Amino acid sequence: MKDFLLVYRSNFSPVPTSSPEEMQAMTKKWMDWIGSVAAQNKLTDRGNRLNAEARVVKPGHVVTDGPYMEIKEAIAGYSIIKTETIEEATEIAKGCPIFLVGGSVEVREIGVIMVS
Amino acid sequence: MQQQELIPHLFRTEYRKITAVLCKLFGIDKIEVAEDIASDTFLHASELWGLRGLPENPVAWLYTVAKNKAKDRLKRDTLYHNKIVQQMQLSTSELQEPDIDLSDQNIKDSQLQMMFAICHPAIPPEAQIGLSLRILCGFGIDEIAAAFLSNKETINKRLHRAKEKLRELNIKIELPGETEINQRLDTVLATLYLLFNEGYYSQARDITMRKDVSLEAIRLTHLLTGDRATNKPPVHALLALMSFHASRFEARLGQNGETVLYDDQDENLWDTDLVKQGKYFMQLSWEGGTISKYHLEAGIAYWHTIKADSVEKWESILQFYNQLLIIQYSPMAALNRTYALAKANGKQEAIAEAEKLGLSGNHLYHSLLGELYIDVDNSKAVEHLNIALKLAKSKADREVMERKIAGIKT
Repeated sequence: MKDFLLVYRSNFSPVPTSSPEEMQAMTKKWMDWIGSVAAQNKLTDRGNRLNAEARVVKPGHVVTDGPYMEIKEAIAGYSIIKTETIEEATEIAKGCPIFLVGGSVEVREIGVIMVS
Repeated sequence: MQQQELIPHLFRTEYRKITAVLCKLFGIDKIEVAEDIASDTFLHASELWGLRGLPENPVAWLYTVAKNKAKDRLKRDTLYHNKIVQQMQLSTSELQEPDIDLSDQNIKDSQLQMMFAICHPAIPPEAQIGLSLRILCGFGIDEIAAAFLSNKETINKRLHRAKEKLRELNIKIELPGETEINQRLDTVLATLYLLFNEGYYSQARDITMRKDVSLEAIRLTHLLTGDRATNKPPVHALLALMSFHASRFEARLGQNGETVLYDDQDENLWDTDLVKQGKYFMQLSWEGGTISKYHLEAGIAYWHTIKADSVEKWESILQFYNQLLIIQYSPMAALNRTYALAKANGKQEAIAEAEKLGLSGNHLYHSLLGELYIDVDNSKAVEHLNIALKLAKSKADREVMERKIAGIKT
């Protein structure tokens, strides 16, 4: 089994655009999806959501308010799952509810740093 | 109560108290001495009470005799005496009259500390359960053997090895310090939960004894709420969970000890007092801020005390299972989650999810899929139930499968 990082990206919007009921329905979809991965014993770490506020520090200590003000897709959160192959991890990612709001999932194998 | 009934009754309630107090006094390496004195006291009682009738206050009589026997023991053997003196760190004057304190408070404190000594992470879980039944619950070796579907020799050996281990590690009879207590409490709770299940799910014939084991686990968990150091949210959550389960004890066993499935149970047999107790401790558990797996399992058990199906019921159960699986995977939780998913989101989604579980070969997995396929694809339902029937190990499980298959129209 290898660990894969799932990076969730979605449109950043400063004000909530959905009603509390819609948000609750979305929370259920997320919980059912993560629960499904966990029920297959393929969840390493449920991860977290990331808040919108960000700072990016660039060479010369130039600080900006985050890389995503102009970019359509901001990183909204991450999880870590475990599968044999990246194909299997990708199949799991297809069930993510982020596609319902036009977001995307990036699947990355986590490299293990060998400590000598 | 007649004398014939009184002595076994007192043995169950007082043996463990005397043992705990004496063992606390002598040290863990003298655990057998403490047990011997407690046993001798009861032997003495059964001989004397038979001849002279019951004393006015039988419990006080037992305590006095136990104290005297303990003092005699301390005085008699000087070599042994000296060892104990070192351990008890008593001065010579105190040595004349060792303080054997059988007050309610000291009994409670000693039992609580014994619980932590016995449920030590270095002792194998099975031995912890055996020792708990013997030392903390006062069960006889015969009764423990019956509960484990084993024999006296095996149990004696197992208890002996466990006591050796306690001695070898020189485990202190005390509550762990603040930095350690949460971690140690986890081990204690895990053992109490196993002890409860030992009674609740046992295949043993003796139903009364099984119930006693479960109720003892509840009593011991209750004991933890009596001390500020251990009166914590996971303890309340486990107590709630056990109370909810135990409320169905009568209803889930048929006249011949066979299991009555949840849907077929007579709700009138559910114990409403235990449900109330469960609700009280569940409420308390959620005030603590932290969420343990016991909180989630208690939540699931709570919804099972309400028999009527509702959207809220199954949605809540599904979400508790989702969270439980995120904390800790188990095949049982994965299967139960899928059942809740069928109830909350529909059978089609649940069937698709079930296929992903990778649990084929597990009889409960095929039983679940069989159940889900009923009225969706009856031939597949029968196919899975037949596999489950072949894989089922107990007669009771096979009967359940046969009944289900017979009920399907093909």
